[in-house]
Amino acid sequence: MNAPLSRREFLKASGALIVTAAGPTLVGEAFAQTASATGKPALLPTELDSWVAIGADGRVTAFFGKMDMGQSLDIAIAQVVADELDVAVDKVDVVMGDTALTCNQGGASGSTGIWMGAKPLRSASAEARRLLVQAASQKLGVPPEQLRVDDGVVSAVADGSKKASYSELIGGRYFNHKIEWNKQTGNPMDIKVEAKPKSHTEYRVVGKSFTRRDLPGKVFRTEKYVTDVSVPKMLHARVIRPTRAACTVASVDEGSIKKVKGARVVRDKEFVAVLAEHEWDAVRASQMLKVNWNHAKEAPFPEMAALHDHIRKAPVAKREEPVKKGDLASAFKTAARVVEAEYEWPFQSHASMGPACAVADVRADGVTVWSGSQKPHYVQQGVAKLLGLPDEKVHVIWMYGPGSYGRNDAGDAALDAAMLSKLAGRPVRVQGMRSDGIAWDPKGPACVHRARAALDASGKVVGYEFISKGFSRINIQTNESDPAHSLVGMSTGIAPKPNDGFGVPTETYGFENKLLAWETIPPLLASCSPLRTSHLRDPVGPEIHFGSEQFIDELATAANEDPVAFRLKYVTAPRDAAVIKAAAEKAGWQPRSGARDRSGDVLSGRGIAYAQRNGTIVAVVAEIEVERKTGRIRAKRFTVAHDCGLIVNPEGLRYTIEGNVVHGLSRTLFEEVQFDRDRVTSVDWMTYPILDIKDAPETIDVVLINHPEIAPTGAGEPSIRVTPAAVANAFFDATGVRMRRVPLTPERVKAALA
Amino acid sequence: MARIKFAVDGKAVTVNADPNMPLLYALRGDLKMTNPHFGCGLAQCGACTVHLDGEAVRSCVMPVSAVAGKKVTTLQGLGTPEKPHPLQAAYVQEQVPQCGYCINGWIMTAAAYLKKNPKASDAEVRDALAGLKCRCGTHVSILRAIKRAQTQMA
Repeated sequence: MNAPLSRREFLKASGALIVTAAGPTLVGEAFAQTASATGKPALLPTELDSWVAIGADGRVTAFFGKMDMGQSLDIAIAQVVADELDVAVDKVDVVMGDTALTCNQGGASGSTGIWMGAKPLRSASAEARRLLVQAASQKLGVPPEQLRVDDGVVSAVADGSKKASYSELIGGRYFNHKIEWNKQTGNPMDIKVEAKPKSHTEYRVVGKSFTRRDLPGKVFRTEKYVTDVSVPKMLHARVIRPTRAACTVASVDEGSIKKVKGARVVRDKEFVAVLAEHEWDAVRASQMLKVNWNHAKEAPFPEMAALHDHIRKAPVAKREEPVKKGDLASAFKTAARVVEAEYEWPFQSHASMGPACAVADVRADGVTVWSGSQKPHYVQQGVAKLLGLPDEKVHVIWMYGPGSYGRNDAGDAALDAAMLSKLAGRPVRVQGMRSDGIAWDPKGPACVHRARAALDASGKVVGYEFISKGFSRINIQTNESDPAHSLVGMSTGIAPKPNDGFGVPTETYGFENKLLAWETIPPLLASCSPLRTSHLRDPVGPEIHFGSEQFIDELATAANEDPVAFRLKYVTAPRDAAVIKAAAEKAGWQPRSGARDRSGDVLSGRGIAYAQRNGTIVAVVAEIEVERKTGRIRAKRFTVAHDCGLIVNPEGLRYTIEGNVVHGLSRTLFEEVQFDRDRVTSVDWMTYPILDIKDAPETIDVVLINHPEIAPTGAGEPSIRVTPAAVANAFFDATGVRMRRVPLTPERVKAALA
Repeated sequence: MARIKFAVDGKAVTVNADPNMPLLYALRGDLKMTNPHFGCGLAQCGACTVHLDGEAVRSCVMPVSAVAGKKVTTLQGLGTPEKPHPLQAAYVQEQVPQCGYCINGWIMTAAAYLKKNPKASDAEVRDALAGLKCRCGTHVSILRAIKRAQTQMA
């Protein structure tokens, strides 16, 4: 038997957890230490206790540095942990998004919740099981390989009376066990452990449907949202955004809110807010306060009707060509036929269900922020920087908020609240009014997509080019870690730090000569712009594929081929082909032959679109009706085929896909941020309409393609990116008219069919 | 300021407030009954919906003085986990809400409507719920839940 190694020696000797023989000794040592330990080890990714805990009652707690936005992510994590630890799913609690309890796994981001987020939880749970089995082995005098675990009870395979529960082995104490961390923070944070996680063939609960846990709390409203947080001595605040963009404060007439009892103004440079004891008084004061604004820049925005021309003519800030192969110039030179098209997408708003809210309590000994931001660990960093404090002085508690689909107004609210609490010297709750959630949230970028293809005499595509040009999807960074990306930061004099990024179609069409490129253009206004751009659900995915997947249809038409057959002819990945076939088959897709009858008042059509997204593959068939007289598009049926590798929770996945399709339909048919030369004029639900229930699809059929042998990839966003093109392709099938600009409003439809 | 007496979820309450203040702020601020949400303050989304003597109203634009002597019911008063309203039970069974912030609008509006029109068709239900907002796109499951609840309420 090896002599016990101290932790320091152990790590020094191994550099990682590879000393199997020392394992049992280590566990023994660890347990001895925890017996006298008074506290949990520091919250570091290198501590097993940062990821998983066994309570005195045997319940398991998983500490998850991401969060569920209502798509059953927490139950999926519970399933993964339950399988690795061999406990029942209902014994696993999942703590999410609290910066004092979870490592920075990046928050909700890029549909990585299971794909990346579950990995360390899975490894940590496997490691915890290994240590517990070893501890049981010592206690029972039975070798580990002769032990089994059933619902948190370790017992001898040969003699079931020899047993020890997790609770007896470690309940309420800590593992004090180091693990190897890949030194990454955010989405790619991962750990390496000695234990080998289970093979998919050993899963008992992963792959089965479990009902979400947040439902009763939401349906009976017993769950507190961030909007419901109330702390003693809390003030209510409203931030006063300028009436026009590009404004500085000339003067604030504090006397204008004299009549509102207890209301007062706080200001730091261009950041102005009102505070009051009662929320209604804060609202009244915000409506009454007179601020004189200086116009730093006249008419920073183009005429709305000229937006896409502005994009076409604007200088290119950055260009990338992620896919470039073959000799495109020759292909076009020798082409029998060239097909060209351009597609346009407007600015769109997150337009979350409620304007964002946050509560902050800035004290001498530390700061607490309650936030609905989907990236609380970055809020922690941003607030710390804003207030000039070290990160560890800021504690951010994530709570359910009024929806989150990327970098919406929640990030601004959190930093606003921190600044206001600092200025007021008391806890402050701030919530926006409706216009703050639509006129002032960071926007999804407007863009133009230029597509060109060369066909030979047989109709074969021999050259293909798709170039997107638009505002950057990261003009404002996608998290709040730097106040330079927040309205309060910019309005108190922090210089903006714009970034340039866009994207290209994600498909496997095997065109020999192919260029997929993107170009960004400068923002319309550098600082505090209501048209600043950032991530909106599936950043640039719906935008790009609205163009690229319509263009593929245009090529099918040019080649006189069926859109499904045409795609199958060119996709090169077998999984992609399988997904396209599955959607077409479930939808009952039949190739059309002969001319269509388009004489009626109601025209029906169907269209398909397909794409990948970071390993996930999705295809959707849209079936719609177009009413000639009203211009209204009715979504009859969507059929989605979805392959994200291993499926953890089929029901949760199904609902997630449905939400994506409806959100995508809304953005396709209705959504466009309105603006004039110096203001966003979309300020409410009348001026920024979204899908109404009258326009909701009649049916959404979902085909889930499970690949248990393939590690899971994301599902929170892929199916939104194919929805717009599927609808537009169905529109063409119905009417023979191409709609190359979003949204497909009744007015545009009527104009197109006139 | 005025003293306004009314009932919320079966309890008599008194609020001393600006008579023009919307009911929502009385509920959330004065009475700490935070379950109706602020969504728009413009009666355009439904997140603040409560029942006023059985009718669905938008509390964000209803002056608190207008509810004097009346009965207000919030989502919490509609049903509890122990005694759920059929719509609440159906919402859980159909796993409807995602962010859940819109929920008061849909359930309170549908509850008032279905009480009078328990056998409403899908198209009639859609008409009755027109104007309510849901940003997570749960509309299809909302309709499924209503259909399920109708079988309990009819």
